[in-house]
Amino acid sequence: MGRMKFIIGGVLILAAVVYLIASSTQANAEYFMTIDELKARGSGVIGKNLRVSGAVIGDTIQYDPQTLTLTFEVAHVPGDNKEVDAEGGLAAVLHAAVVDPNRSRIKVVYVGPKPDLLKNEAQAIMTGQLSADGVFHADELLLKCPTKYQEAVPSQTGG
Amino acid sequence: MLAEIGYGILVVTFIVALYSVGAAIYGERKKSPAFVESARRAMLLTWPLISLSAATLIYLLVTNHFEVSFVYEVTSREMPTYLKVTAWWGGQAGSLVFWSWLMSAFASLVTLRKWDRDREFLPWVIVVTSITTAFFLGLVIFFENPFARYWQTFDGQVVASMFAPANATAFFPQDGRGLNPLLRHPGMIIHPPMLYLGFVSFVIPYAFAMAALITGRTDDRWIRLTRRWTLWAWLFLSFGLVLGGRWAYDVLGWGGYWGWDPVEIAAFMPWLTGTAFLHSVMIQEKRGLLKHWNMILIILTYALVIFGTFLTRSGVLSSVHAFAQSAIGPAFFAFIGATFITSIALVIYRWPELRGETEMKSMLSREALFLLNNLLFMSVLVICFWGVIFPLISELVTGQKVTVGPPFYERATAPLFATLMFLMGVAPLSAWGNSTLLTLGRALWKSALAALAVTGLLFFTYTKNAIALIGFFLIAFVLFVTLIEFWRATRARMNAQNENFFTALLTLVGRNRRRYGGYVIHMSMMLMAIGILGIEVFQIQTQGTLPLDGSLKLGEYSVKYESIAQFTGPDNRQVTRAVVGVYDQKGNYLGELHPRIDYYPDAQQNMTIPGERPTLRDDLYVLLVDWQPVSANGATFKIFVNPLVNWLWIGAIIFFFGILIAAWPERESEVVPARTKRVHQPSAAD
Repeated sequence: MGRMKFIIGGVLILAAVVYLIASSTQANAEYFMTIDELKARGSGVIGKNLRVSGAVIGDTIQYDPQTLTLTFEVAHVPGDNKEVDAEGGLAAVLHAAVVDPNRSRIKVVYVGPKPDLLKNEAQAIMTGQLSADGVFHADELLLKCPTKYQEAVPSQTGG
Repeated sequence: MLAEIGYGILVVTFIVALYSVGAAIYGERKKSPAFVESARRAMLLTWPLISLSAATLIYLLVTNHFEVSFVYEVTSREMPTYLKVTAWWGGQAGSLVFWSWLMSAFASLVTLRKWDRDREFLPWVIVVTSITTAFFLGLVIFFENPFARYWQTFDGQVVASMFAPANATAFFPQDGRGLNPLLRHPGMIIHPPMLYLGFVSFVIPYAFAMAALITGRTDDRWIRLTRRWTLWAWLFLSFGLVLGGRWAYDVLGWGGYWGWDPVEIAAFMPWLTGTAFLHSVMIQEKRGLLKHWNMILIILTYALVIFGTFLTRSGVLSSVHAFAQSAIGPAFFAFIGATFITSIALVIYRWPELRGETEMKSMLSREALFLLNNLLFMSVLVICFWGVIFPLISELVTGQKVTVGPPFYERATAPLFATLMFLMGVAPLSAWGNSTLLTLGRALWKSALAALAVTGLLFFTYTKNAIALIGFFLIAFVLFVTLIEFWRATRARMNAQNENFFTALLTLVGRNRRRYGGYVIHMSMMLMAIGILGIEVFQIQTQGTLPLDGSLKLGEYSVKYESIAQFTGPDNRQVTRAVVGVYDQKGNYLGELHPRIDYYPDAQQNMTIPGERPTLRDDLYVLLVDWQPVSANGATFKIFVNPLVNWLWIGAIIFFFGILIAAWPERESEVVPARTKRVHQPSAAD
């Protein structure tokens, strides 16, 4: 009898945790997509929570400090690690994405302070929604500059 | 030349560590104390050796030896000397040396203690700690060498390697790349070592657990021997986490302190199992229960510590790519897998001997509530782990990568944290063995009523937010329960011993350090909870571009843009600093703040440093977002008011004192607390 109580208690806790995980996952899932995938899905993903990664095109960065509105374009980069490695690492992939005019691109709008790391050939990982006009509205913006910190060898020469 | 010496010492240390593993096993099998002693001495040699190698590395860092690739990567000429020293743990290769250095120091400390009564543990403790040291040294020697140098091959390419490739000449860069500006902050200087201290000190209880399993001495001796180690480990780990939060708050400029980033979670997971372990060992000591569980918890903690080191050190934050690029990934997984499987196999082997000595009867007994506490901590762990691996699972199952962000963790863990808080109030008042609703209710009703009164007051004066009110009720409840416990026991002493209040309180705490240290820690957690609730529920923000003398209002504050100046700061950074005046609603001047943007030319990166005005009531947090360089008369600010957040940092300081009370060395013959019965005394264990 005493043992039964504990087993029932344990099962109840387990059920509660499973419920918490399942419902929270469902409510907060963000679909990780590349820009090519985003374009292929088209209207099917409008309004969904998305997480998109792309290479920042430096010339397109515009910032209006009055409204704190930041707009820029990002170019498609592969999402698969193996693919990135095969093409010579993240820095090379980002560079190739930015210089290639035929890559698919999307326009991004973000309202907030301009991030310190936003510059040409940075990798932007954005969370937000796609609107019907094809503009990505980012709620969150994460940036990485592999060119600066993962450079394999120094470029300066010396004595 | 120095680089070769530093590397050579590491290779020698690696061999010495492996020797100490071999000698310890051989000496134990052949019953040869001479070999065990030799193993012990070999292990004692590792710390001075690694220190020497580390000194070489620091010398190279401080003296701008940029021909060494690690020095090039983490320092530059402009950096001040103290930052060059701390750059030791600013990059992956150096931080692995740092890890081995701490590991060998702790292993040496533990082998220097008196072993008379526990001699059979010694060889196995040496084996476990030396294998761990050797693993990290091996990573340094074979994969991530901080002493590798640059060479220019005949076709002009520059490569980094330890030894000169054929036909290559040494290559000397003019200047280094410099430490990531984000890491040039006092918080970042002490945060990683704290975390590492926590990680490394958890290896010691794990080593003793393994020794207990191998020797078959599966009573609670190993737990008693390592109790204080565990507390210190927990202190360091907790402080590492809090300092990381403080650093994020002061440097990252998003008005928050914790973002549920995979790297943060990696450091948080061993904290969860470690906290569960701290509680559940008490049940084994007092009731002889949960022995399997304690073993599994410490094994999990060890695995998560190694995993956490891997995640925090695998390169760029939150980059999945860094795993693939770094060669140490497979080595880490192989090591975690091998140690985990071996440890679990040992637990299964000793399974019958680890059976409980009594049985748990009452659902409301202290041990049952502790068990519930453990289950809740493990549930939080499962949620964290799920969040980290969910992208992989979803990709495997559906082909679509799906990630979960901070809202997932907040929503899933909040009810569990609330239950944990409730338990913090109830469990200390329940009795070992048996408790009923009646006895518990009698002990708790006053605190519950008082907490309800506080909540009612807050409802009419401060907030109508349901989540906040539930949180404040729980916080008040735990604080009342704990304070009443202090008050009751102190008064009992005052009456019985005829002591004054302070003598009674001090003697009480001094005689029952673990219990009252624990209570202080619980109270400090509640203060931290006030801060977390404040910033999570009540944070407000605004932003705007102001002309000179223009003002922005937020909450009870008004912020006025007064001036801006540009100048060159230390280590050559370009500082743009605004001066803003802070006024209250009535227009009274409260002081000025200096939000600024630092530009680091060597790293070509900006850092946005907030101006903060901390009070017990809230924290005014002003960021300089942008400014017009031409006329310097327009600047954009983002302002946060973070209510109550400073209680988080106050709680952290009190937490430190709580641990000091609980971990302070006691005489071996502990006084038995009057209200609890022990199954056996430490001396009775042998």
